[in-house]
Amino acid sequence: MSEPIQESGAPLLRIERLALALPEGADRLYAVDNVSYDLTAGEILCVVGESGSGKSMTANALMGLLPTGVHVAKGRALFDGQDVLAMDEISHRALRGRRIGMIFQEPMTALNPLMRVGEQIAEVFEAHGLLTPRARKEKALALLEEVRLPDPASALRAYPFELSGGQRQRVMIAMALALEPELLIADEPTTALDVTTQAQILHLVKDLQARRGMAVMFITHDFGVVAEIADRVCVMREGKIVEMGEAREVLDHPRHDYTRALIDAIPADVVAAVGRPADVLAAVERPADVLAAVERPGDAIPPQRDDKDSSPLLSISGLDKVYRSSGGWFQPKREVVALDGIGFSLGKGETLGIVGESGSGKSTLGRCIVGLNRPDNGEIRLDGVDLSALEGRELRAHRRRIQMVFQDPYASLNPRIRVGMAIAQGPIANGVPKAEALAQAQALLATVGLDGGAAERYPHEFSGGQRQRIGIARALALNPELIVADEAVSALDVSIQAQVLTLLDDLKQKLDLSLLFITHDLRVAAQICDRLIVMQKGRIVEHGIAREIFLSPQHPYTRELLEAIPGRRDAPEPATAAAGVL
Amino acid sequence: MAYVSLILGRVGKAVIVLLAILVFNFFLIHAAPGDPAAVMAGEAGATDQQFLDDLRERFGLDQPLPVQLWRYMSGVLQLDFGYSYRQQMPVLDLILDRLPATLLLTGAAFCISLLFGIIAGTLAAMRAKRPSGSIIMGLALLFYATPLYWVAMMAVLVFSVTLDWLPAYGYSTVGAGYTGLAHAGDVAVHLILPALTLGLFFMAVYTRMTRTSMLSVSQQDFVKTARAKGLAPGVIQRRHILRNALLPIITLAGLQAGQMVGGAVLTETVFAWPGIGRLMYEALMQRDYNLLLGIFFFCALLVILFNMLTDVIYRLADPRIKQGAT
Repeated sequence: MSEPIQESGAPLLRIERLALALPEGADRLYAVDNVSYDLTAGEILCVVGESGSGKSMTANALMGLLPTGVHVAKGRALFDGQDVLAMDEISHRALRGRRIGMIFQEPMTALNPLMRVGEQIAEVFEAHGLLTPRARKEKALALLEEVRLPDPASALRAYPFELSGGQRQRVMIAMALALEPELLIADEPTTALDVTTQAQILHLVKDLQARRGMAVMFITHDFGVVAEIADRVCVMREGKIVEMGEAREVLDHPRHDYTRALIDAIPADVVAAVGRPADVLAAVERPADVLAAVERPGDAIPPQRDDKDSSPLLSISGLDKVYRSSGGWFQPKREVVALDGIGFSLGKGETLGIVGESGSGKSTLGRCIVGLNRPDNGEIRLDGVDLSALEGRELRAHRRRIQMVFQDPYASLNPRIRVGMAIAQGPIANGVPKAEALAQAQALLATVGLDGGAAERYPHEFSGGQRQRIGIARALALNPELIVADEAVSALDVSIQAQVLTLLDDLKQKLDLSLLFITHDLRVAAQICDRLIVMQKGRIVEHGIAREIFLSPQHPYTRELLEAIPGRRDAPEPATAAAGVL
Repeated sequence: MAYVSLILGRVGKAVIVLLAILVFNFFLIHAAPGDPAAVMAGEAGATDQQFLDDLRERFGLDQPLPVQLWRYMSGVLQLDFGYSYRQQMPVLDLILDRLPATLLLTGAAFCISLLFGIIAGTLAAMRAKRPSGSIIMGLALLFYATPLYWVAMMAVLVFSVTLDWLPAYGYSTVGAGYTGLAHAGDVAVHLILPALTLGLFFMAVYTRMTRTSMLSVSQQDFVKTARAKGLAPGVIQRRHILRNALLPIITLAGLQAGQMVGGAVLTETVFAWPGIGRLMYEALMQRDYNLLLGIFFFCALLVILFNMLTDVIYRLADPRIKQGAT
């Protein structure tokens, strides 16, 4: 499968017919099966695939970080002529960190919480017996400057929890680059980040790669990212390479159906298409459900308004919420303004998107509406009843009417409770007899596209997408009028995302629901929302009809969000002024 | 400054808790049948009502309960814990006389259990899949499940009676008249069996906890990061895994430390160790109200002190805890 390399000389990395065996009882025999590719110095190769495609496994094998149970069945991985898979542990260790650096997906957990950032960077030099402790510290400072952390001197002394996600990922990059490795492996390094932060990190990786002439293996599920940085692409599915080639070539003329499906699954094209009239024609070939977002009439209030009274279902005014933390030993009291004078309304049957980055207050807003948090000031009126003024029994009676779908499909279901019971608990708490509630749960599972046997199983037996369906069924169990979906598809693969979004949209139509869709991802909002609210630092900076916001964003922040979406072909380089401010 | 106000707030709360404990214990003790006068009269073989009344009057037991409480509490506030009529000594002197022996025993047991527990747990975690790891965990389970008094008696049987390596009881060799280093050595030899016996249970708990905690920490992402740096396995275990794994151990160690005064009754009785535990047992049997209340006070004081100390250590160990938890 491997493409010929234009440059003369042997590639830096050559993977030959690699097969990694999974432990017995897995859904397939090999994590990766007969995979071969080359990577030349100075090249960025994107390995693309959805979760379970085996895209990270090769990288882990190179680093000697394979999970227990997975082992090399056959094949070689020649790094600079040496087979790293056949190396003894000590020479492999000498390679790790020094000649091959790696950054990981989760910046929040990839750093030791008890060690200062500077110590963790200095540790890389220490691991390879280089430099004196003082020189290590100076080098760490220089590295933090190179990855453009604001105030590197104080970041050196900071603990990871004192840094934001983007800043931590910069620290990870500094660490991986400390010894100027020839190969950098980046395993979904931007997946957990906000879109503007993601753009900055991508820019940084590309910039450092160009300056140092490293080879980069960039693992991602996102073709938007591919369009942004890749020289070459390798698409993987179920452990096999389905397509490989120059990035431009694969993006413009995908040969394999799977590649095409992945590229189509990215709603970025919808946004781009809306943005540039010339491309709307091209978009006609796309699947109908993706197009729906573009072609839906841009009414602020959907057609159902005619046969209902015109008063909105939910109306919010003057909502304030400030988080106060009591002062620590050496710290003054801290106040974080999460909501600052928020007001909007939501019609019956309407889908409203709330878009913003982490820290914008969008989740707090969702939690206030559902009643998990109490606002400091303001009104939340549901059909005219002010929920924020209710307490106790009355509040509980109204809670049924607003239900929530949570972000993390893994953490939001109790692992010890069968799925059927998890769905039935809400109705049971509201006085429905147990048998009836369980029967209803069965029906709901069918509604969200799961088979009837699902009710008897435990959450861990389901995939992420299936669990999110269960979460939706649970929310529906109480016959709510409004569903608040807080980042409900953010943790899912793009193709699964599209399925869950379609499901939500179908259910909304069928059950006459209103939907409040909270997301950081403008691409997702593009697919499902009638109207949009853009939040920044607890305030609404822009609101309007979804389509119009995409066509002509008014607020600079909205424009910044739109421009940061990776894979927009006319995307300008992220503003360097903003690069340091994460 | 926030630091000072935090400490002051804690101390203020501690004082209130201590006073509440005293009042509660006071009523609890008086709720038990019998009083010191009855016990003393019984021992003297006198059943004369006049004698009983005289005793009660002398001890102040003829007063209504609230008055007795008031007298006692106002004494405590002036650091006067009353007089033990049984032992014919002020309570404070009695307690201070016995306290060092108890602290020596429980302190030694604490250090032994913490040190060896963590070492054994670390080894068990590193050898989780090897027989040596299973052997450590098997032993830990054995010590965890075996009653303390049984361990104590068996230890005496084996090491004192059969092997004659170690003294079976007491604090030092009676009548040997050692001084200086020789005395210290003599006490140390006497200390070994009771301290080990007392420490075994918590050692087993620490072993199991350290192992579990280390295994779960070793699954975390930052351990992968450490490996990707090319660090040697030993450094990863020590610096990244163990340090994070010790956080829950601190909580437990704080609990154990709080039991240092009152938790050794059984061991002190079996090994005839002249500590607070035995004093408490005797005071209970003799309804020696003042002495009992005094011991309870010191137990509570130590629990509170170690709780505060645990909080401080936890803050030092985990930089993420910055806010003044209340």
